Amino acid sequence: MTSVFALAIALFLLVNLMVALLAAARGPTPADRMLMALLFGTTGTAVLVLLAAAGGGTPLVDVALVLALLAAIGGIAFAKRAWQGEEGGDA
Amino acid sequence: MLEWLSLALLAVGAFFFLAGTVGLLRFPDVYCRLHALAKADNLGLGFILLGLAVQADSLAAALKLLLIWPLVLAASAGVGFAIARRAHALGIAPWRKEAE
Repeated sequence: MTSVFALAIALFLLVNLMVALLAAARGPTPADRMLMALLFGTTGTAVLVLLAAAGGGTPLVDVALVLALLAAIGGIAFAKRAWQGEEGGDA
Repeated sequence: MLEWLSLALLAVGAFFFLAGTVGLLRFPDVYCRLHALAKADNLGLGFILLGLAVQADSLAAALKLLLIWPLVLAASAGVGFAIARRAHALGIAPWRKEAE
């Protein structure tokens, strides 16, 4: 029963992620798009952990740990280096 | 008993994720959205990890699940700070309530 519930919550979080993705795509500034790095770090980790509990097994917990780590490094690296803003041309 | 506790914690976690998404949709500017995401979503993740940890097979597995949380907290604090400072440096003005 718990695994079914965990699967249902994972699906719910995925719907949340899709809605937030649409909101970020229409966001007025590049900063709104940067928020997705933050969102995938937390929601993605939660989805992976729930999938591990719903029958995916313990390896998915390791994947969740790696995703959390990469979200931190990727987000900070992008905010510091790659994001040049409106006048940079790649916004 | 433990199973019901786990289900309740998972449901509370899902509620906080929903609150974070609603905040992302409704708040007026990037700093407010950052506030919604960085706090509500991390609290939701904490509840979900706690809910899964109470029914883990072994103590080591439960501790490993709980260990993810401080890592994500530190990560989102760092990323949130970097985004907000970059947005401020690029001249994105914070939202203010218009005078009546």
